[in-house]
Amino acid sequence: MTESTENAEAKTEIAVGDVLPPLEVRISRADLVRYAGAALDFNPIHWNEAFAHEVGLPDVIAHGMLTMALAGRVVTAWGMGELVEYYSRFTRPVVVPNDDKGALLELTGKVGEIRADGTVRVDLTAKFDGKAVLGKPVAVVRPRP
Amino acid sequence: MALDQSFVGRTYPPSPVYEVSRAKILEFAEAIGDPNPVYRDPEAARAAGYPDVVAPPTFTTIVNLAAINTIVSDPELGLDYSRMVHGDQSFTYHQPVVAGDRLVVTSSVESIMRRVGNDFITLRAEIGTESGEPRVTAKAQLVVRDAEEADA
Repeated sequence: MTESTENAEAKTEIAVGDVLPPLEVRISRADLVRYAGAALDFNPIHWNEAFAHEVGLPDVIAHGMLTMALAGRVVTAWGMGELVEYYSRFTRPVVVPNDDKGALLELTGKVGEIRADGTVRVDLTAKFDGKAVLGKPVAVVRPRP
Repeated sequence: MALDQSFVGRTYPPSPVYEVSRAKILEFAEAIGDPNPVYRDPEAARAAGYPDVVAPPTFTTIVNLAAINTIVSDPELGLDYSRMVHGDQSFTYHQPVVAGDRLVVTSSVESIMRRVGNDFITLRAEIGTESGEPRVTAKAQLVVRDAEEADA
């Protein structure tokens, strides 16, 4: 997996509208095989082209849970506290071609709300080909005291 | 084909114990490309306040997926696995999962509904230690597309 991140300056106060350091990740076929083994998810739509075509997909697609894990990295790398909740819908497949470029995922996060109990809602986005692939991905973080 | 509604509310016997290892946490962290030392170095994890290396947020998908597969492959439920896709996923974190945890999953069917030619089933997994300490509640909504529609 190849990627790039931007470093944000260290800060301790969290405010609504804060933008988390974004993350770009390229997913290759090799990454899918590796994730399949690590997560024990061997559904053939994630590694077998012929099977993917058979069930109507344009090509092999990434595990939705891999995309969710990568979007989660935006929040954990931010390092502002412990995750309390993490939710996402899976709305569009990430198609991973069998080439040396793979699929580019663009991941962002922004503080959407500071709740009465002190927890912080981070609204995430995950885009592939300019389109959102996760639906309303949201992480709730409890800031460190 | 509609799923058997009588499955709503059904709770399954606890899964076999899954022992979380440092090696599996490292393997998972590498697979999601996460370089954070709390996933690979026990000292770094302790410095961050954990008793041992800690699992990344979606790590429990490993045990959650195994539990899901057990339920959806029950022939009485009537679910066509080849037409199933993952609709959504949520995790609620109670305590961090760390290396050495002996995890047990207790699954239940939270809801089944039918809408515009698709079946939706929501499965809930209470993931905790063998001794009953809660770790994560995971909920997965699975969508099963109708055969007629898919073949049209």
